[in-house]
Amino acid sequence: MEPILFIIFGAIAVGGAIMVVTRKHPMSSALYLILTLFAVAALFVLRQAHFLAAIQVIVYAGAVMVLFIFVIMLINVPENKLPMERLTGLRLLGVVAAGFLILESAILARRFAMPAGSTADAGSVQAVGRALFTDYLLAFEITSVLLLAAVIGAIALAKRKI
Amino acid sequence: MIPLFDLGVAVARVAVFFAFVFGLVVVMTWVERKGAAYMQDRRGPNRARILGITLFGMFHPLADALKFLFKEDFIPDNAHRLFYQLAPMFALAPAILTMAVVPFGPPVTIAGKTISLQIADLNVGILYLFAVSGLAVYGVVLAGWSSNSKYPLLGGLRSSAQMISYEVSLGLSIMGILMVFQAIRLSEIVLGQGELLFGILPKWGVFVQPLGFVLFLTALYAEANRTPFDLPEGESELVAGYHTEYASFKFSMFMMAEYIHMVVGAAVIATLFFGGWQFPYLADKGFAFPGGLSVTVPAAGVLVLRIGSFIGKTLFFCWLYVWVRWTIPRFRYDQVMRLGWKVMLPLSLLNIFVTGLVLLLIDKGGF
Amino acid sequence: MTIGVKKVARPEQMSFGESLYLLEIVKGLAVTMGHFLHNIAHNRDIPTIEYPEVRRTMPARFRGCHRLMKRPNGAPRCVACYMCATACPAKCITIVAGESPDPGVEKYPVRFDIDMLRCVFCGQCVEACPCDAIRMDTGWYTPPADTREKLIYTIDGLLEK
Repeated sequence: MEPILFIIFGAIAVGGAIMVVTRKHPMSSALYLILTLFAVAALFVLRQAHFLAAIQVIVYAGAVMVLFIFVIMLINVPENKLPMERLTGLRLLGVVAAGFLILESAILARRFAMPAGSTADAGSVQAVGRALFTDYLLAFEITSVLLLAAVIGAIALAKRKI
Repeated sequence: MIPLFDLGVAVARVAVFFAFVFGLVVVMTWVERKGAAYMQDRRGPNRARILGITLFGMFHPLADALKFLFKEDFIPDNAHRLFYQLAPMFALAPAILTMAVVPFGPPVTIAGKTISLQIADLNVGILYLFAVSGLAVYGVVLAGWSSNSKYPLLGGLRSSAQMISYEVSLGLSIMGILMVFQAIRLSEIVLGQGELLFGILPKWGVFVQPLGFVLFLTALYAEANRTPFDLPEGESELVAGYHTEYASFKFSMFMMAEYIHMVVGAAVIATLFFGGWQFPYLADKGFAFPGGLSVTVPAAGVLVLRIGSFIGKTLFFCWLYVWVRWTIPRFRYDQVMRLGWKVMLPLSLLNIFVTGLVLLLIDKGGF
Repeated sequence: MTIGVKKVARPEQMSFGESLYLLEIVKGLAVTMGHFLHNIAHNRDIPTIEYPEVRRTMPARFRGCHRLMKRPNGAPRCVACYMCATACPAKCITIVAGESPDPGVEKYPVRFDIDMLRCVFCGQCVEACPCDAIRMDTGWYTPPADTREKLIYTIDGLLEK
């Protein structure tokens, strides 16, 4: 059962990602990105990382992408006025880069086996929480300081007079 | 692979909960109209009749449904065809999905097997609820955008801003509950609320987290786009907001999504803050009142009382939605934003801080 | 029936309790619940008129649908003088005059059509009529019809009312 589901959701994720970069309309791209994020969340669930899956959906699909769509809606370019893209060189470069990425992941997959220790509890809220506040406390705190700085920076940029 | 019995139980659970929620949705459309009428000194719906029986207008939801089914299902010329048709589904699907984790009764033992009266007892519990309910915004936003019309677009913009703002407070306001009951599964939270506080009060969420309850209730109303936060469809300024261009069954899907949100929201409030299926002072064997008085109740009676208590609480909060809607006028948009960011957010952070402090003191003080 | 106007003083500064909203919301909820319960208990007090079955009696001077008056012998009182058609600002009255069989009366209306779709219910025709043949005292407004033709009222119908 699990390998079949993995293939299904993996295919959805990859297909969605391809659609994101090939669609002309930004709204279509954004919706395909949401689809990809969902499929990735499903992959997390397959690896027993329930917490990660839920957070993926809450943060990316529930908040970040809503902001994306908010911006697309605010700009609201009519379909016939969308700029034509002539990025033949960049596209070629993209294909080359994708080839390297596939090669790299193939090498990585050969060298490192998938971590086997993903038991039912490893991805639970309790386990993730314990790991965050013990082993990775420093990284966690530094990240929060970074986010705080970003918030203050955003306010400083947006507000002329504070 | 999966034993047939378990499969049957799973299907039955889904079917029962589906029937419960959809039945309640139908009743709620009637309650909303009749309640509004009586609060405004009107009579409300009382015309639809079958064989001369009107039954206080109870057949109006049926008439509405038929009308929606037989109306012309049109797509405006300049709408984005695919997204226009997807939007109602995007609105309805998350609303239905959210009910999966709400426990509507204690685990029951039938034929040696324990069956939990909950569609899925997820490890991430409440997080799933937020993940799915956060997706409801897409239906509104897509509808607003794909209609290619001014007012729906404004409605969509409003709703996306509003939903992001209030989702923050919604998430933070229940952190206190999670901290107090040391659990994230809804079934465990309900179990934790069966205890007594100081030996008198049932340890319901509302008694240990009064501020959290008020914040959660407010944020939930904002998330469900109900008055006083129904700006996405504010008819006085936006015609009908995001679903202006919708008619027929697509419109009724938006309508259903709203009412399912109400029903599930009511069930979630009941679960988190009012003990879910816990009946006050009712233990597994029967009533045990604080004074030392106890009354024995048979197991079946306990089960019925508990499920009944859950349904009763859910009904009350459904009614509260209606009650509030016909009492409070709509907020102005800047007021909604100010309330969300400058009042709700600091208060929910404060609530978490105070809860943490008190829990720490209890832990250290040992009382 | 007069509309009651109640002046509500608006405080410049909200008190602490008011600025919390919650207390005020609870008060508001109490008001609506009061109405709700009262209306359930006293269903008859609801001022709604169940329209098609129950009709409100119109005041005596209400200008409603027209009717044409009859003479004691049943002939129309109208003498086809065209005063009403001339006075009508909406030009909704069409009269075709004919010689009356009654020797005491000169003319009578062969056709007397009122186009209710154009009538503005101003009452000028009633004012203009020299022999009180047309009146608007039926006390009811134009009932709806499903074709335009049905809303052009002819002499027979007008005499019936």
